[in-house]
Amino acid sequence: MSRVRSSLIGSSVPKLDAAKRVIGDARYMDDLTLPRMLHGKILRADRPSARILGIDTSRAEVMEGVRAVITAADIPNHSFGHGRDNTPLKGEVVRCIRDEIAAVAADTPEQAEAACRRIEVKYGDLPPILTTDAARASGARAIHGDHPENVALTYHYDHGEVEQGRRASAHVVESTFHLRYVTHCCLGVSGVVASFDGEGKLTIWSQTQVPFLYRRDLAAIVGLDPRDIRVIQPFIGGAFGSKLDIYPFEPICVHLAQVTRRPVKILFSREEEFVASPTRQPAEIRCSMGCDADGNLTFREADLVLDNGGYTSWGATTPFVMMQTFSSLYRVPHVRFDAEVVYTNNPYAGSFRGYGNLQASFTVESLIDELADRVGMDPLELRLQNAQEQGEVTGQGMVISSCGFRECLEGSTTAARWKEKREEYRQQTGRVRRGIGMASMLHVGGGAKIYRSDGCGSILKLDDFGAVTLITGASEIGQGSETALAMITAEELGVKLEVVRVVNDDSEIRPWDVGVHASRTTFIAGNSARLAARAAREKLLKAAARLVERPEQELTIEDGEVLEQATGKHVMSVPKVIRSLHFQDKSELVVTNAYYEPPSVAQDEKFKGNVSATYAWATQVAEVEVDMDTGIIRVLKISAAHDVGRVINRLGCEGQVEGGIAMGMGYTLSEELLVQEGRVRNPCFRDYKIMTAPDMPEIELILVESLDEEGPFGAKGLGEAPAICTAPAIVNAVKSATGRRFTGLPITPERGAREFMKDAQ
Amino acid sequence: MSVEVEIRFSLNGDELRATVPAHRSLLAMLREDFALTSPRLGCGEGECGACTVMIGGQARAACLVLAVEVDGAEVETAECLRRSDGSLAAVPAALVRAGAVQCGFCMPGIAVTATALLRQKRGPLERREIERALEGNLCRCTGYTKAIDAIEAASREEERS
Ligand code: FES
Ligand code: FES
Repeated sequence: MSRVRSSLIGSSVPKLDAAKRVIGDARYMDDLTLPRMLHGKILRADRPSARILGIDTSRAEVMEGVRAVITAADIPNHSFGHGRDNTPLKGEVVRCIRDEIAAVAADTPEQAEAACRRIEVKYGDLPPILTTDAARASGARAIHGDHPENVALTYHYDHGEVEQGRRASAHVVESTFHLRYVTHCCLGVSGVVASFDGEGKLTIWSQTQVPFLYRRDLAAIVGLDPRDIRVIQPFIGGAFGSKLDIYPFEPICVHLAQVTRRPVKILFSREEEFVASPTRQPAEIRCSMGCDADGNLTFREADLVLDNGGYTSWGATTPFVMMQTFSSLYRVPHVRFDAEVVYTNNPYAGSFRGYGNLQASFTVESLIDELADRVGMDPLELRLQNAQEQGEVTGQGMVISSCGFRECLEGSTTAARWKEKREEYRQQTGRVRRGIGMASMLHVGGGAKIYRSDGCGSILKLDDFGAVTLITGASEIGQGSETALAMITAEELGVKLEVVRVVNDDSEIRPWDVGVHASRTTFIAGNSARLAARAAREKLLKAAARLVERPEQELTIEDGEVLEQATGKHVMSVPKVIRSLHFQDKSELVVTNAYYEPPSVAQDEKFKGNVSATYAWATQVAEVEVDMDTGIIRVLKISAAHDVGRVINRLGCEGQVEGGIAMGMGYTLSEELLVQEGRVRNPCFRDYKIMTAPDMPEIELILVESLDEEGPFGAKGLGEAPAICTAPAIVNAVKSATGRRFTGLPITPERGAREFMKDAQ
Repeated sequence: MSVEVEIRFSLNGDELRATVPAHRSLLAMLREDFALTSPRLGCGEGECGACTVMIGGQARAACLVLAVEVDGAEVETAECLRRSDGSLAAVPAALVRAGAVQCGFCMPGIAVTATALLRQKRGPLERREIERALEGNLCRCTGYTKAIDAIEAASREEERS
């Protein structure tokens, strides 16, 4: 009898909780309700910059249903955030349009909202600082007193000698790129529920992506012992990085619950979501890049100015990721990178899928095409010539332990029929023109050591019926982590997928994890789950061997059965082994645990070091059709090749790529949060357009398996990658179709038509 | 005091009566008075489709309909997209199988929109018509591709809901 067993790894598994989510049985933040629960609403500033001269809450306090009204004076109001420059409520100064001035808890949301309208705030206007130039001008008012120059953060990185690289260049291209505000648009709006028990312990239902850091930070803000905070995550209606930071509404909700001694819920309206949730950081990027006469890259130089807005969130640290692309996407011997993050009175940015890499890849990949033009090379050839291989170490110290870069370049262009189409679309004239363009990206694929630990804990519990419960530190924000982790567990342990349950929503029982970011969950939490499963498997095999009095090496476990290794003959069932351990043999539980810490290092003060255990690569090719009169750009096809190390769940990979492309297309063609005079002008889906079903192109996906040695079954992270290089691929395609290079996004029909008109004249 | 109106309607097959304020939206009534959670509040302004329900077999944004408007009508939500044995009906089952679901917040709305479309049009559907029907259902996670695949597959199945 042949003993070939099909592996679960790489198969297509629907998300384990998908049925619940489709039919409406999943409970999201807006479904949560507790007995005696009150509803909180926040009064925000009505201008982006002012001194607060007085707040009168007396008329609000006497309104029907109102249980509490709080201002900065009523709470400890400790400062918090990445730059410790934010407070839950603002008592003296307004620094942006989102600023929280007061909050109300009432019996109904309508009552709370009505009461907010009755709060009277006296402002003394301060002229708003609305551009980074104005903020850096000499004599500009300091938005935060302790930052007199209005510079929140600076980053400098270099390797090699840029001047030397310039001298060695036969061709140099330079351009300035402008990327503006876009926002996450999670379909589930932001919200939180806070409830204290009789002993002063807090349970908080939160959408956070980082429950353990959240608990620590929240404790400091509201003045509680972290041990007295339990964080529960209900189903989360999308996050995409937006829930990496703590935002003022969360401690405000806790304070309202404290004051009223009742559970309080705050749920944003869609308009509030647009105005008061984070954005991608707007950037102005000046970049120059050179190559020799043969197309070998010689140097890269970039100067970035980022609009920080009024406060510093994690989003302000995106230069950390941007510099990886400037330093290490392709082989570049000489690199300099400088970034300044500047305070203004605009809304503040947060972290957003790709974490700066969309802006960075847009810049680098646009200029790579320009260089190819100068040298007279096919952009694919120039890229292939400069693409790294396995085993290389980049100038920044990133160790390329597995590398599917070349396969991505080749796979995507083959699928797109690159050479043929380029020929076909050369010299397009007329009103409707077609073009094809490509772009690549590099992103962390094995976590990122930003905190002291980049680890994740797992506990695996097997019960006497053979049910397997994986209790993981990793959080689920809709990306399908629980399915990938269950598959890894089932495969390693040797049980059927159906018996595996994943518990991932309660800080009280879950072991520590740093959180959902840096595309790290499959890699880090996957390795952690695998280690716990391996330990359980060993325990089961040892016990079975003892029971049947045979050497362990002669036994194996598959599909929940202990088998004879050589013949596949049934020996006993896994539940039977477990029961014998629990009840008879040694009164032992089959509960194992593991903590996985990746072999990466924190970067030194020069930003050098192997920050991730591995790196992910991708290339996307876009084929577009441009109407020169209307400016409408239709994406006909995206051929996407992604180095995922190894496919764990094929459906999950496909879903991440398709969704990432949709997001990347929105970034390129339609999405812009219009911020004028510090105010958000389009806070609704009618005016802020995300991609809809008819906008979607054909997507051909090539999953490249470079089999990373450290990854679980060879896998690496994928979550952010698909959104990263869609924009430059489309923009390069538009250039090939029309001859016009766009250095700013989005290319809405109005903008497109305007530019094409200029060219026609 | 706002005017209260008594209405009768059928909800997922049950004949019901309710007394509702004249200005109350159907979405608020379904979620708050009847504790349904499949119609979701994504925007409250008719722009996202997360609240989609069927009224007399037509897909409608429940946030834009007043509760009093469904007096005498038949209302169906994603909760009822099951077969008599409790298993998922053709459309939601296809969405699950195709891997169309990520965070799922948009999904009951998509399932309802697609079900209404399949009831109106017999026979296999064209991708173009499916895309057009889904235009009002925003999804931020998936790129729609798999939902369209799923609905196309469901439209080919013999036994459709
Ligand atoms: S909630 Fe009704 S369309 Fe968005
Ligand atoms: S699956 Fe998340 S919005 Fe559609």
